[in-house]
Amino acid sequence: MSTATTRVGRRGRRTGAPYAFLAPAVILFVLFIIVPIGYAGYLSLRKVRVSGLGLGRGARTEIFAGLENYRAAIGDPELWSGGLRVLGYGALLVPTMLGLALLFALLLDRPRARFGRFARTSIFLPYAVPAIIASLLWGFLYLPATSPVNDVAAWLGLPEPDLLGEGSVFFAVVNIALWGGVGFNMIVLYTALRAIPPELYESARLDGCSEVQIALRIKIPLLLPALVMTTVFSMIATLQVFVEPLALSPLSNSISSTWTPLMKVYRDAFDTNDPYAAAATSVLIAAITLVLSFGFLRLVQNRAFGQER
Amino acid sequence: MTRSLGGKILTLALTVSLVAACTSTSDEPEEPTGPVELSFWSWAPNIEKVVDRWNADNPEMKVTLSKQAGGADMVTKLLTAAKAGNPPDLAQVEYQALPTLVSNDVLADIAGQANPVKDRFAEGTWQQVTLGTDAVYAIPQDAAPMMLYYRTDLFERFGLTVPKTWDEFAQTARTLRGRTTKHWLTTFSATDPGWFAGLTQQAGAAWWGIEGESWRVTVNDAATKKVADYWGGLVAEGVVDGKPMYTPEWNKALNDGTLLAWPSAVWAPGVLAGNAPDTKGRWAMAPLPQWTAGENRTGNWGGSSTGVTAASKHRTAAVKFATWLNTDPTATSLLVREAAVYPAARDAQTGPALAEPPAFLANQADFYPLTKQIAETAAGVTWGPNVNVTYQVYQDEFARAISQQTPFSAAVDAMQTATVDDMRKNGFAIAG
Repeated sequence: MSTATTRVGRRGRRTGAPYAFLAPAVILFVLFIIVPIGYAGYLSLRKVRVSGLGLGRGARTEIFAGLENYRAAIGDPELWSGGLRVLGYGALLVPTMLGLALLFALLLDRPRARFGRFARTSIFLPYAVPAIIASLLWGFLYLPATSPVNDVAAWLGLPEPDLLGEGSVFFAVVNIALWGGVGFNMIVLYTALRAIPPELYESARLDGCSEVQIALRIKIPLLLPALVMTTVFSMIATLQVFVEPLALSPLSNSISSTWTPLMKVYRDAFDTNDPYAAAATSVLIAAITLVLSFGFLRLVQNRAFGQER
Repeated sequence: MTRSLGGKILTLALTVSLVAACTSTSDEPEEPTGPVELSFWSWAPNIEKVVDRWNADNPEMKVTLSKQAGGADMVTKLLTAAKAGNPPDLAQVEYQALPTLVSNDVLADIAGQANPVKDRFAEGTWQQVTLGTDAVYAIPQDAAPMMLYYRTDLFERFGLTVPKTWDEFAQTARTLRGRTTKHWLTTFSATDPGWFAGLTQQAGAAWWGIEGESWRVTVNDAATKKVADYWGGLVAEGVVDGKPMYTPEWNKALNDGTLLAWPSAVWAPGVLAGNAPDTKGRWAMAPLPQWTAGENRTGNWGGSSTGVTAASKHRTAAVKFATWLNTDPTATSLLVREAAVYPAARDAQTGPALAEPPAFLANQADFYPLTKQIAETAAGVTWGPNVNVTYQVYQDEFARAISQQTPFSAAVDAMQTATVDDMRKNGFAIAG
């Protein structure tokens, strides 16, 4: 008898407790992630219908639009040229940023590296500057009239560059992201390097490995999982590039309101008062981001995490 | 507490009214009696001092001010607040945003109470708050007639005279570039659609109009194309700069004399005082150059009004405040002195508060008398329900035209296409 009661009691506890523990996370997740996503999905299927002049009461109603907003988003050449621009931006930014981060991490991880703490902090510091402030700071440095680069060029009698011109603005934006992003990735890679057991280096040295060989043959292969992770994060951040070009756009004629896909979303939602189009484009961007990042993960999964299986 | 409850009731009322939109005939909400509290959104500097004055005199109609960032943000905020069912009772609204807000059912038609003050305003100003219909959607607060600001010292140094026509203006720009490569007469900004709109109004452009029950959209009318190509020609010729305004670079160019002139509006002295403090006392104001010699016309760049929201439960009291704020001599002189606006009400334009010129142009004793003359010549304008779309396209297309050196009139055509497409997509009736 007694065993039966305890079993029932235990089973009762077993069914209730996990849900109770899960509840806060689940509720918050539903409230702040699922519901907004669902609402965006709902909005993306709606549109406004105005009658006549559209002035006065009841002249404007919200109706079901089907996939119209999606068709418009997919058919918008501005979205795709913005998307292409972002791909180019990522192709330039991600390898450069991770390459520099890896280089700095390896240099800092050298035995007897001097000024290690200082170098680490100063490389990491730009990451602590909010992107909007970084963009404004760089904006001043780019604008011909306020840029020290132009002062120096004028002083040397060289032609003054227009760093925010049609051809250069792309690199100007990449540079801001690079400046802000290297430090974070460097810290991630450096931390991963510190986790590698030092015995490995010792035995390598006994076998006659130079520091460069240790870096290339031992450190980098062991860093692969961390490199994959930083690449995925950087790719997602790349696809979401928004703040830098938005902050620079009033300073220059070279950045349009649809320069990146997210800028188009922002324009639709807040400047042209069309949240429905903005919702449809957002859903589209989210889907593409998902496909690209999972695609990359699948591609590298076997190589990077092969040994863990 | 009462606010959130009120908000809920309003949401409910709004939902019900939306459902019953077809059957409801009266849109006057019931007015509760007794003391009322009004909420008011505005971005005018120091407007709280004017509100305090009202509150001291009208304890039974207390106005609570909520300071906002600026005109453009305000539209988004108002639209969102109205959708959520708790907009303020009163809001400061730029003229070109009125149709957007009316079309989204944010603002109430206050014609019944407001019509008596119609004669206190210039015809062109009043047209902006009626949208060319029989309704009245706001009380005009400030007018922003455009004029030409120029550096007296630099005009003298380079031997230039103040241009009276746009032909002379172009010639002045050429002469200057012939004498120096460091200075420009002015810049054409692709980031300021309101500025371009004002310039086209002077030339007689009418981007929107109402014909019976449908809109007429002619953003690419002959006058607009004339203005666009005039400036496009000057930029292509290299005698007018093509850099945007309101950037650190522009501030510096104004402050160090790189730019000699600025076609701007009556509020320009305040901007110059902030952005180019070193040039105090070296500027003067003249009427905008004319398209035909001997003409006297101008446009408006900016200007705002006070609207009452459709969801306000105290419409009568709200209109009373809006009217007082913009027509009562006490209020308008406070507005002039504290908020540094140029009042829309005619009699306020000759009020004692405007006896002295702005401190930044202290040498020009006739600043305000001249301004009043200019203000009377401002063209009337009917704004459309999607000015935001037109303005957005202006920024993209003119920026592209400048950086890729394509004709400005093509950018104007793109504005027209985008504006009409957007209106059709939303179902607005368009004539022609």
